[in-house]
Amino acid sequence: MTKNELIKKVRARCRTCSTQDIALAVKTILEAMAGALKENDRIEIRGFGTFTVRQRKSRVARNPKSGARVSLKDRRAPFFKTGKDLRARVENSR
Amino acid sequence: MTKIDIIQNVYEKLGFSKKESSDIVESVFDIIKDSLAAGERVKISGFGNFMVKEKRARRGRNPQTGEEISITARRVLTFKSSQVLRKSLNS
Repeated sequence: MTKNELIKKVRARCRTCSTQDIALAVKTILEAMAGALKENDRIEIRGFGTFTVRQRKSRVARNPKSGARVSLKDRRAPFFKTGKDLRARVENSR
Repeated sequence: MTKIDIIQNVYEKLGFSKKESSDIVESVFDIIKDSLAAGERVKISGFGNFMVKEKRARRGRNPQTGEEISITARRVLTFKSSQVLRKSLNS
């Protein structure tokens, strides 16, 4: 499922909403979440999961294609931990 | 940040009522969850991809007691953040 497909599915649940309204709402949600992570804030969505920011240390890595060494600086990376309910649903799917 | 803060954001920035804002935010997460529970991949450009990965059965250990246990084959959810999001965290 892509963002556009998500927008269409949300739209199908809100008869009075236009697709454009929903597209804007989805954009707003994602921007709010990205903004929180940028502020080092954690995002906790009950039943879904938690997004946190983890600090990664600088290291020398390799480009897997060319084998060339690349140095990576200290950086921050988003991390997602799946919530209990969703983990159980995914685990037993199919 | 919790769902309430996200709902508040939608409510303040767009012309939806509190109820509509709440319904939309709930729908977004419900729909993503349903899609993942069905084993589908969810690609949110500019944010990241949620993927369901197949894990094979393996022997594991209880890290506290050292006791050997068997871990059954299962599916797990992983999130790969988009380059755009990672860049924004480091700018």
